[in-house]
Amino acid sequence: MTDIAVEARGLKKTFRKGQVKALDGFDLTVRRGQVVGLLGPNGAGKTTAVRALTTTLRPDAGTATILGLDVVKDAAKVRRIIGLAGQFATVDENLTGIENLEMIGRLNHLPHGFVKQRTEELLEQFGLSDAGSRSLKTYSGGMRRRLDLAAALVSSPPILFLDEPTTGLDPQSRLGLWEVIEGLVRGGTTVLLTTQYLEEADRLAEDIVVIDHGKVIAHGTPAELKADMGATVLAITTDSPEQAREASQLIADLSPKAPHFDGNSVELTVEEGPPKAAEVLRRLDAGSIPVVGLTLREPSLDDVFLALTGKPTEVDTEAVTQSSTARGRRGAKESS
Amino acid sequence: MTDIAFPPTQSGNALTWTISDIAVVTKRNLIRLMRTPEALFFSSLQPIMFVLLFRYVFAGAIPVPGGSYVNYLMPGIFVQTMCFGAISTAIGLAEDLQTGLLERFRALPMSRAAVLGGRTTADVCRNIFVIGLLTAVGFAVGFRPTGGVANYLLAALLMLFFAYGLMWGFAIIGLTAANAETAQLMSFPLLFPLTFASSAFVPTQSMPGWLQAFANNQPVTITVNAARSLMLGGHYAMPGIIWKSLAWSLGFVVVLAPLAIQRYRKMA
Repeated sequence: MTDIAVEARGLKKTFRKGQVKALDGFDLTVRRGQVVGLLGPNGAGKTTAVRALTTTLRPDAGTATILGLDVVKDAAKVRRIIGLAGQFATVDENLTGIENLEMIGRLNHLPHGFVKQRTEELLEQFGLSDAGSRSLKTYSGGMRRRLDLAAALVSSPPILFLDEPTTGLDPQSRLGLWEVIEGLVRGGTTVLLTTQYLEEADRLAEDIVVIDHGKVIAHGTPAELKADMGATVLAITTDSPEQAREASQLIADLSPKAPHFDGNSVELTVEEGPPKAAEVLRRLDAGSIPVVGLTLREPSLDDVFLALTGKPTEVDTEAVTQSSTARGRRGAKESS
Repeated sequence: MTDIAFPPTQSGNALTWTISDIAVVTKRNLIRLMRTPEALFFSSLQPIMFVLLFRYVFAGAIPVPGGSYVNYLMPGIFVQTMCFGAISTAIGLAEDLQTGLLERFRALPMSRAAVLGGRTTADVCRNIFVIGLLTAVGFAVGFRPTGGVANYLLAALLMLFFAYGLMWGFAIIGLTAANAETAQLMSFPLLFPLTFASSAFVPTQSMPGWLQAFANNQPVTITVNAARSLMLGGHYAMPGIIWKSLAWSLGFVVVLAPLAIQRYRKMA
């Protein structure tokens, strides 16, 4: 009966007296033991959805349950079975690793002996045993993020919410964190993960929910989403952006989807790769546009995302720093 | 929902958990205070400079009943320092809000009163340190309270309670401000008139009539006068003033604490 771990039906939330619709009829179902990736551009409503599901934000309308418990009416019980690791490492940097984990354990009302034992276990598991009694000021970004995740796991919650767990991390730390998350999933933890990185969703999530403007716009396994896109992405490289533009005009009618520019290149999603590629080459040759390169590839989730939201997924570092400095209560509310 | 595996819990009930949660948050705030000794040092330096400024620069120009300006001054400095110290309640909360730590706390099964209870309790501890420090500094520059040890301690408790009441108001500021800087900026315009248009540094009789009307009846003057009455006695003894001060402080707690806690709950 409670095979459903997380369920949301028609969640709505507006900010600034209704001017900003952060959630606009958001639906979600996560089965027990599943890893679901919530994917969307900045401001799509990902963080607001997580906040509503983790009881820190009361939705204006709609309902949500965690293992059958209502997030508003049974909030106190829900808080005992969830773990939350935030977009920004929300650990206390003046405390040591051990002090942070013990504080969270005590505030979860876990037995004292249990907290001590669990703290040791987690530090070991996350490769932080040696750093446990050091102040967080000496931790690297990756270490903080691991401790943040460890803090979410002190009470061994069956349901884990990870809000952009690797945003801003270097590739190596990201890989390390992915391995940790995969380990948790093997242990049976249900995970709802928000991310802006398709690579992350592709690797970790069995099911992907794409949201934009507070609504679900696509839902499926990574393979299903890619299949919906059309079979092949045809990429042509020319000598200049101007030529790329001309080329796109010549070939636009070969696909129902609009071509996508990137510098000197044009990408087109087509049903059948090779015959369309031959046609493209014929037309560009006739139009005297030199073709420097041509590739055919399977669509990536990035292509899916672009097609669905009209926005590329790359997060420029500027956007990341901006949202981390605008971390005030208002900033946090409205940044997504 | 019998198939939900809740984690084990420490034995207790809602009340003991609330107390334990407040203790955990208090401890965390005190550890923070200890680990930033430079902040403690510089925040202690300011009241010491005020003591020296008024004791040696302004003292000669301010005639007071009883003759000893340093005796007149010290109870005022105590109260003024604790009033300005209440800003750190606002700043501390604004910072926790900004870093996202409060967000994590809100998703925990901890008491909804613990964040504010732990903040204010830690700030009371800081005030106890301030009273000790300023007592030592006062004695070094000639402060000689004549009211007896018991009354001195009573005065300390009275002032601590007053500062505690005030903190709840600053907690609301901290939870309302977008960041620590704004919290600080919002606090100053409140504190300046309260501490300077009072009997803390000069007898209110020297002020123009309209200002006296405010100064004589506002809570800082009443608490400073009550502290003087207890610490010094004699000239400064004012029967009944202690109850007036207690009434103000109690009023602050009764009105502001529930408002602050409600604000914390409603932040969702």
